Amino acid sequence: MDDLIAEFLTETNESLGDLDTDLVNLEQNPNDMDLLSKIFRLVHTIKGTCGFLGLPRLEGVAHKGEDVLGLFRDGTLQVTPEYVTLIFECLDCIKEIISGIEETGSEPAGDDSALISRLEAVYNSANGKEPSPQEALDALVRQARENVAKEAAENTSVSEDVTSEDEGEDDSEDEEADEGDSEGVSLDELEAAFLAAPGPEDMAPSAPQEPAPVAVEKPVVSKTKQPQEPAATKESGVAAQSLRVNVDVLENLMTMVSELVLTRNQLLQILRSQKESEFSAPLQRLNHVVSDLQEGVMKTRMQPIGNAWAKLPRIIRDISIDLNKKIDLDMRGKETELDRQVLELIKDPLTHMVRNSADHGIETPTERVAAGKPETGKLILNAYHEGGHIIIEISDDGKGLNTQKIREKVLANGLATEEELADMSIQQIQQFIFKPGFSTADKVTAVSGRGVGMDVVRTNIEKIGGSIELKSTEGKGSRFLIKIPLTLAIVSALIVESAGERFAIPQLAVRELVMASTEGENRIETIKGTPVFRLRDHLLPLVSLQELLKITPPEPAPVVEAVPTLTEQDMGEVETQAHVDMDSFLEDLEDDEESTSQNDYIVVAQVGAYMFGIIVDRVFDTEEIVVKPVAGILRDIDMFSGNTILGDGSVIMILDPAGIAKCTGEIDSSDTMDVKEEDLRKHESSREKTSLLLFAAGDETPKTVPLELVSRLEEVDMGAIETANGHMVVQYRGKLMPLVPFDSRVHVEGEKRKPVLVFSDDNHSMGLVVDRIIDILDEYIDVQMEGGQGIVGSAIINEKSTDVVDVGYYLRQVNPNWFKNHGDEPFEKGGTAGAPGKRVLLVEDSPFFRNMLSPILKVAGYRVTTAESAVKALKLCEDGKMFDLIISDIEMPEMSGFEFAEKVRATEKWQDTPMIALSSHTTPQDMDRGMQAGFSKYVAKFDRDTLLDTLSQTLSEYAA
Amino acid sequence: MTQKAEARRDRSAKTAEELGPSEDYLTVMIAGQMFGIPVLQVQDVLGQQKVTRIPLAPAEVAGSLNLRGRIVTAIDVRRRLGMDPDAEKHKEMSVVVEHENELYSLVIDDVGDVLTLYNKDFDANPATLDPVWREISMGIYRLKDRLLVVLDVPKLLNTVHL
Repeated sequence: MDDLIAEFLTETNESLGDLDTDLVNLEQNPNDMDLLSKIFRLVHTIKGTCGFLGLPRLEGVAHKGEDVLGLFRDGTLQVTPEYVTLIFECLDCIKEIISGIEETGSEPAGDDSALISRLEAVYNSANGKEPSPQEALDALVRQARENVAKEAAENTSVSEDVTSEDEGEDDSEDEEADEGDSEGVSLDELEAAFLAAPGPEDMAPSAPQEPAPVAVEKPVVSKTKQPQEPAATKESGVAAQSLRVNVDVLENLMTMVSELVLTRNQLLQILRSQKESEFSAPLQRLNHVVSDLQEGVMKTRMQPIGNAWAKLPRIIRDISIDLNKKIDLDMRGKETELDRQVLELIKDPLTHMVRNSADHGIETPTERVAAGKPETGKLILNAYHEGGHIIIEISDDGKGLNTQKIREKVLANGLATEEELADMSIQQIQQFIFKPGFSTADKVTAVSGRGVGMDVVRTNIEKIGGSIELKSTEGKGSRFLIKIPLTLAIVSALIVESAGERFAIPQLAVRELVMASTEGENRIETIKGTPVFRLRDHLLPLVSLQELLKITPPEPAPVVEAVPTLTEQDMGEVETQAHVDMDSFLEDLEDDEESTSQNDYIVVAQVGAYMFGIIVDRVFDTEEIVVKPVAGILRDIDMFSGNTILGDGSVIMILDPAGIAKCTGEIDSSDTMDVKEEDLRKHESSREKTSLLLFAAGDETPKTVPLELVSRLEEVDMGAIETANGHMVVQYRGKLMPLVPFDSRVHVEGEKRKPVLVFSDDNHSMGLVVDRIIDILDEYIDVQMEGGQGIVGSAIINEKSTDVVDVGYYLRQVNPNWFKNHGDEPFEKGGTAGAPGKRVLLVEDSPFFRNMLSPILKVAGYRVTTAESAVKALKLCEDGKMFDLIISDIEMPEMSGFEFAEKVRATEKWQDTPMIALSSHTTPQDMDRGMQAGFSKYVAKFDRDTLLDTLSQTLSEYAA
Repeated sequence: MTQKAEARRDRSAKTAEELGPSEDYLTVMIAGQMFGIPVLQVQDVLGQQKVTRIPLAPAEVAGSLNLRGRIVTAIDVRRRLGMDPDAEKHKEMSVVVEHENELYSLVIDDVGDVLTLYNKDFDANPATLDPVWREISMGIYRLKDRLLVVLDVPKLLNTVHL
């Protein structure tokens, strides 16, 4: 293909990508002149360039599109969705032609007259008053352009062979084209040259048949040029700072750096085996340089994820128009960078999923309003880094997955029987959407639902070592969580051994390592020969790597069975140990060298939601490895995703956990923690479990606080404590943090280090000094006795009486204004005990206050239900739950307390329920507004005693 | 090797005109049979290597090894040709070839000289040759004291998984 055309294609593709996004923006801000000029200029450039590249079809379409855009710009035509759609069609047509050129090198055959005539119709109707001269001009312009184009086409084809020869033509444009070809100038220059040369618009008025330029045409000419010239110079300025490099060059560089990394690893390995070496200093230096180099080269491959998202606004817009929906696309973390290769691979799955969410997930405005949701659906894309991975979340507040429909479809497609379905949890059923050929849409829309769906998405994501999780609540929306590695070239892998062979398992898939002993709690059990393992409160399916790969130990030593038989003499040495962290695990390995053959190590791997254990003989270290594809003849072995060379120079195979899962009968969902939680929630919906931190301070009675309240756990050197303003403080993260001992029995002096629970809210933080942290567990808080100072009450946790700590008490000790307490003295204390068994609904978005208030209310004898948003609270109303009193925060996302109160007052069921507002601002205006909205009382956040008094007062008032 | 190469050059200088077109082959021995691999296809000749077994791979795949940072798949040519495993325990050498941008090492018993062979000595495969051999042999050269089978390396590798 002609270099010039290739260059043109690259640039045009880029511009087209921008155009989509810009047009959607324009539709939302029709008066943004800068944007309009930019769009106009892009289209104009396409039109202009293809004019002398001899692409008449493309030029024709672009030209008409430009005409209509010109009308927008002049204000002759209003920017409306219909017209934007037309422009989009025009762009699609351009794209189609461009991709044709990409494939064949020349314009594909096709007829755009329908589109052109529609564009013309719009153009003419806008200029309706004087259609005839305009049309005449148009025709003329077209004629002139076609001639030019034809000539240009001839010239370009000639100039491929005869590059520098002057054709002896007078036409300035042709000369430009020739020059362009021979010197290989960039498109920018070409464009600049083109702009300098008289364009068709300039030619048209001077055409002899046309007596006078039409009034409309004139400004187009002058305005076209003005924004273009400075923009062109600006572009070249940017171009000087960036460089277009062929991807192959980068790939090659990356491969070489990978080799360098390997060689470095080898050198370091050698160095480690030598005690003292003169090489150590230069090698260390080499080590650093190579690391930096690797990082640098990686950076060149990094691209912001926004590039993969550029098309989405357009897609969403089209869907909203086609399906009459209102969708608000919120893209966060656009600048998150990831490897180009990964980006390419996830582009399509992402687009597909967003399309799905918009098409199937979000309801029509009427449906939404009926469901009590705002008319406009929200589609949130969020990307961020998390420990060497990129997490991409796609969530919508649509209707969620319809479990019933999935169930029916599963039955219809024979994917499972009715009995099997009956045993499945909702989440397991939802997982079926990842099965091949599954689509719940009733009818196939143009947008999605062609049955090539989530299975392809999942396969693609898993192919690059990623995983996808799904959480969906019917009626509330769905959330997909994609976890992908930052880069494919170098991964961190765990090296294991089985039957004398070493293998690498990508760390991404490894959840934990467990040492299984021959007996005791941590032994491998079998069910009809199938090994399983009790991992905490789970049954983990196991596969033996040795059996899976059909490998036997090299020596004719006694074959190590996957399920070890009990050997007496090793009993003493065997350490029974459940999941241990990597370091201590590896230490154990060293100590335990002889007994390893009797022990099995279980690598707990997770693929999607499926967790399973791989039994291996030994676990070595983790290593950064460069993934190399396996030879062609080995590619059909599913178990391996590649191979690599280790630091010691040996070649090892990289296991593919997804492949292993597939080969061992993956059942897609199975028993993950999530499912379990879900099940529990189903059974225990009336009572909620709370994560609790248990600690000891002062006496031996265990104390507890809801874990959510604690922002961090720290160990503070007691020697570092200073005093400021009579308070104990410690320097913490560049600030002074007040410290409070739990009570006077917690000694601070003379102790070395003590655990400190750090509480923070907004800008404040404080540390509570305790003696020791006991445990963290999920339990039901059922406060049974009222407590004293600093204690909310006592509850039975872990079969022991435990004090539930009133964090608020300590917070106030440090800063009485912590809760912006307005200073009211509490009423008589007696009033608080008054209302046993009353049902209270607490609506509060901050988990901090929610977790703090609910135990206090419970202690006062109320039955507390919490909701983290007004929307959730309203849902409870729909579900028919009744309460005696509602306490609601005012500042909440989505729906404020005022709106909530108005909505509640409008419901039938709850209109008479008394409501108390909780807020940190208590200006008189706020109070008025609250009263108007329907609150009966207004309490400052967080004044515990006043709240309790107000509660009982209100309840008694209403009872009367 | 350089001496041999020089010798070859001398010889070919003398005889090139009289003997007609010729080609150079690296000779290898497998179970007493001499094979020739076109010299231009040979990347390297290796002695005994540390080979990593590849589970689940076709039987002809002996494993993989590290050749200066590149991963090379080792093919057990004996197995590929349907011969019994080496009973005499030769020292085991391998010839590295490139095929479809990947490196393969052909594990054979021994490596001999590079020979310049003339087209006049070339013969097609005998029709009665073992079908497996016929597939991977491009033809036979008649040498003075023995016959040399020309290995068709791409065919040999392409049909490994069959």
